[in-house]
Amino acid sequence: MAGLNKPDITPPRWLLAELTYACPLQCPYCSNPINYPDYNNELSTDDWKRVLSEARKMGAVQLGLSGGEPLVRQDLVEIVSHGRELGYYSNLITSGLTLNEKRILELKNAGLDHIQISFQASSAEVNDFLAGTQAFQQKKDMARLVKKHGYPMVLCVVIHRQNIHQMREILELAIELDADYLELANTQYYGWAHRNRDQLLPTKEQFTEAENIAQQYKQKLEGKMKIYYVVPDYYEDRPKACMNGWGTTFLTIAPDGTALPCHAAAQLPDMQLPNVREFSINEIWNQSAAFNWFRGDEWMKQPCRSCPEKTRDYGGCRCQAYMLTGDMYAADPVCSKSPDHATITSITETTQENDLNNEDQPLIFRNPKNAAHRHNPDNSK
Amino acid sequence: MAFNTTLSINLAPGHRLQWEEAQNAYVILYPEGMVELNQTSAEILKLCTGELCFDEIVARLEQLFNVQNITDDVHEFIQVAFDNGWIKQT
Repeated sequence: MAGLNKPDITPPRWLLAELTYACPLQCPYCSNPINYPDYNNELSTDDWKRVLSEARKMGAVQLGLSGGEPLVRQDLVEIVSHGRELGYYSNLITSGLTLNEKRILELKNAGLDHIQISFQASSAEVNDFLAGTQAFQQKKDMARLVKKHGYPMVLCVVIHRQNIHQMREILELAIELDADYLELANTQYYGWAHRNRDQLLPTKEQFTEAENIAQQYKQKLEGKMKIYYVVPDYYEDRPKACMNGWGTTFLTIAPDGTALPCHAAAQLPDMQLPNVREFSINEIWNQSAAFNWFRGDEWMKQPCRSCPEKTRDYGGCRCQAYMLTGDMYAADPVCSKSPDHATITSITETTQENDLNNEDQPLIFRNPKNAAHRHNPDNSK
Repeated sequence: MAFNTTLSINLAPGHRLQWEEAQNAYVILYPEGMVELNQTSAEILKLCTGELCFDEIVARLEQLFNVQNITDDVHEFIQVAFDNGWIKQT
C-alpha cells in the first residue's frame, strides 16, 4: 500500500463514544442511523473501559459521551470516572432529560469536564413539538443547574427551517441562561435529517437572515459568550473538510461496538466496519480496511485528484458524495467544481418552491415505528 | 478587551492544561476543543493559577529561566490567551 500519496497515519485525538441509541426524544434531524434499533446489542461497562484505555494510549484526549441519550446508561458515572483517571477531557452531550441535581453532582465528582445541553428551539411550543415530548422547561432547569455547579455552560441548537425564524430568540435564550458557549449547528443532512431534508432545509434567504443575526450577536457578546456557527454546507460552494480528513483525528464507536471513521459511515457500500469486540483500537485504527479506505488521496477521482484544494478539504464528505451521487469516490457535490453540483442546486431550488407554496410534507419523527430495520425494510428510504 | 495587570490570572473554568505524551507537548483543553502549545506558551500558562498577577508572572519567568526583557512577549501571549477565553481574572 505504500504509495507516494499515502501519508503517515496520525493518532486519533477524539473518541466519540455513542453509548446508546436509546433516547427519550424523537428529533426528526437525529444523526443516528435510521436503523438505530439494530444497534441494541450494547457494549458492557468493561468493554467501554477497555475502549477508553486503548484509545487514550494511542493519543486520544477529547472524549465525547454521546448517544442517543448517554444518561440512559446506568454505568455513565463509572465510565466518566475511568475517563478522568486516564486523563481525558470529557464532554457529555445530552438532551438534559433524565438529568437531575444529584446526577450532576455525581458526574462532577467523577471528573466530568463539561455538559452540553441541546435545545430544539427557543419556545416551549416548537421545542416540544420537535422533541416529540415535553422537554423545554426541564432543559432550562438543567442548564441553570449545570452553571450553578461550575461547569462551563454549553448550549447546542440544531438549526433548520422549523426553527431558523427564532434565531434572535435562541440567542436571547442563551443570554438568559448565561451560556459560556453557544453552538448554532445548521443541520447536516445525514440519517434522519436526510429523510426529512425537504422539510428541514432553510431557503437561502432564511439562512442569510439568520446568519446576519448570529454575526451581530457574536460581536455584541465577544468576551462573554463564544458562539460557534456551523455553516449549512448546501449553501457553500466548497465542501467541508469532513472529519478533518478520514481516519486522521476522529474515532466513533457505536453502541454495539462498531468502529466508525465518521458517524454516518455505516451506510457506505462494501465497507466492512470493524468491531471493538473483535479487534483492538490499535488494529482498528492502523490496520483495518475501513479506516484506511479514504486516507491520503490515491482514492480520489477528478476533479479532486488534480485540485489544489484537496489538501484543505480532502474532497469533502464521502457519505454525502455517496448519498447524492451514488458514488462514494466522487467529489462532494457541494463543491461547485463537482460535475454533480446541479444535484445540490436542484435540492435548494425545490426547497424554495416548497416554502413559497407551503407544500411541506409532515416530519418523520425518530422513533422505533418509523425506523428502518430488518423487519421493516420499507422504511429504508 | 485589555486585561488588568494588577489582578491575578487564572485558567478559565472548564479549561485544563495538560502534558500530552502522544503529542510531546502541553495542550490546553476546553469544551470540545484543544490547542497544542509551544514550550514558552505552556510555561506562561503554568503560572496562571490564580495567585500571580501579570508583573509577578513576568518576574517569575525571568527568575525561572534566567532571562530578561520578556515583558512585551509575555504581554502579547497573555492578551491572546485572554482573547481566546483560556484565562480570566476575577
